Amino acid sequence: MLYHHNREHRPMKPPPFNYHDPKTVDEVVGLLSTLDNAKLLAGGQSLMPMLNFRYVQPDHIIDLNRVEGLSYIRETPEGMEVGAMTRQRDLEFSELVAKRFPLMHEAIGNIGHRQTRNRGTIGGSLCHLDPSAELVSCAMTLDAVVVVAGPTGEREIAFKDFPVGYLTSAVEPNEVLTAIKFTAWPAGHGYAFMEFARRHGDFAIVSAATMLQVDGDGKITRAAVTLGGMGAGPVRASELEAALIGQAPDVEFLRQACESCRRFEALDDVHAPAWYRQHLATVMSRRALERAYARATGKA
Amino acid sequence: MGQTRRIALTVNGKRYEEEVEVRVTLADFIRHQLGLTGTHLGCEHGVCGACTILMDGRSLRSCLMLAVQADGHDFLTVEGIAPSPDKLHPLQQAFHENHGLQCGFCTPGMLTTLLEFLRDNPNPTEQEVRIAISGNLCRCTGYQNIVISALDAAKRLRGEAQPGSLG
Repeated sequence: MLYHHNREHRPMKPPPFNYHDPKTVDEVVGLLSTLDNAKLLAGGQSLMPMLNFRYVQPDHIIDLNRVEGLSYIRETPEGMEVGAMTRQRDLEFSELVAKRFPLMHEAIGNIGHRQTRNRGTIGGSLCHLDPSAELVSCAMTLDAVVVVAGPTGEREIAFKDFPVGYLTSAVEPNEVLTAIKFTAWPAGHGYAFMEFARRHGDFAIVSAATMLQVDGDGKITRAAVTLGGMGAGPVRASELEAALIGQAPDVEFLRQACESCRRFEALDDVHAPAWYRQHLATVMSRRALERAYARATGKA
Repeated sequence: MGQTRRIALTVNGKRYEEEVEVRVTLADFIRHQLGLTGTHLGCEHGVCGACTILMDGRSLRSCLMLAVQADGHDFLTVEGIAPSPDKLHPLQQAFHENHGLQCGFCTPGMLTTLLEFLRDNPNPTEQEVRIAISGNLCRCTGYQNIVISALDAAKRLRGEAQPGSLG
């Protein structure tokens, strides 16, 4: 009998679990409240590899892919609201995202590959909270607000309070992320997303997400800079942001100002030593700010 | 055997109804339960791209999806690309004529990935092709002839066929 037709010897990568595919958010919350050691399955681009390696061994998988009403990109007076199960691919090709959230549009091309963006979701990416994740950096830079549903109803979490540790978000074990709210910056703002990775689509060793607003004299009135890949979670470079206000920076000013990014704590691992990440933080933030400023002043 | 579910799906135009164990990946299901071994498994954790197939016209890595999630969907694997048993699809013909494969292990993933890409972007630049296949590892070709094949296929699919021409 051919190996691949031998049903007794069929390979199994993931460990055994019970599978649930609820249709509503209420059912999801109900399952989370009653099941022990349950994992939510969104796009599966991080959880499935972890299951295949058996890094995680949940007793229950709660699949969100058949929950109704979680996949949408909706324009709001402030900007947009995105359903948690919206695929990265749908954000990539959204005209609303391209027009009002060009930082996100630019960042998304760096998320994995087309095959993974077709499945990967914004909610899954935010909850997995990889410190290098592009959408995590975007949410941090844009001061997103995350909506979660739990047994007592909905609550909102400001994104600055969302990461609580390495790969750990503020979503409680009995809660599920349902939507993300973004407030747009005024039209004409500057933005740039840049990352350093060894190959296209790899996890960034360090990334910089930047947004700038300038006045009529080219002076910066508002700045947001997020460094990804440095430590346990994304960090806002608030010292650098403050140094930019009121400036019409040239390259030398940016070079000096971005030196403050060297002082962030950084991971030391097989991909790069801490000092190299800190060096990259100064370089990526400067390059991104140069581009963002050129865009804000109409020179790019 | 753990928990099982009955699923119904379409693969390459053929409808299947099967009982699956809920923890089986879609890739293993396609290969071992449906016997469609053209879909290759390299890394089984979403890095190599060899197991790429199309679901409802969108490419995905079949090792990163559970078979039970496939219920109700429509799939295309490498076996379903050619229009008939004795005729290759223009994309396959381009790979054939431009030496776009050596050992052939990555080829099913390359073809399915490029099928979607060339549908959405019929006139790509070389750089766009390289980014499109950045999620597919090839250890033989150095990618050069795959890129040439993809650009040649794009020409053929646009109706500017130059059969036998390199690039």
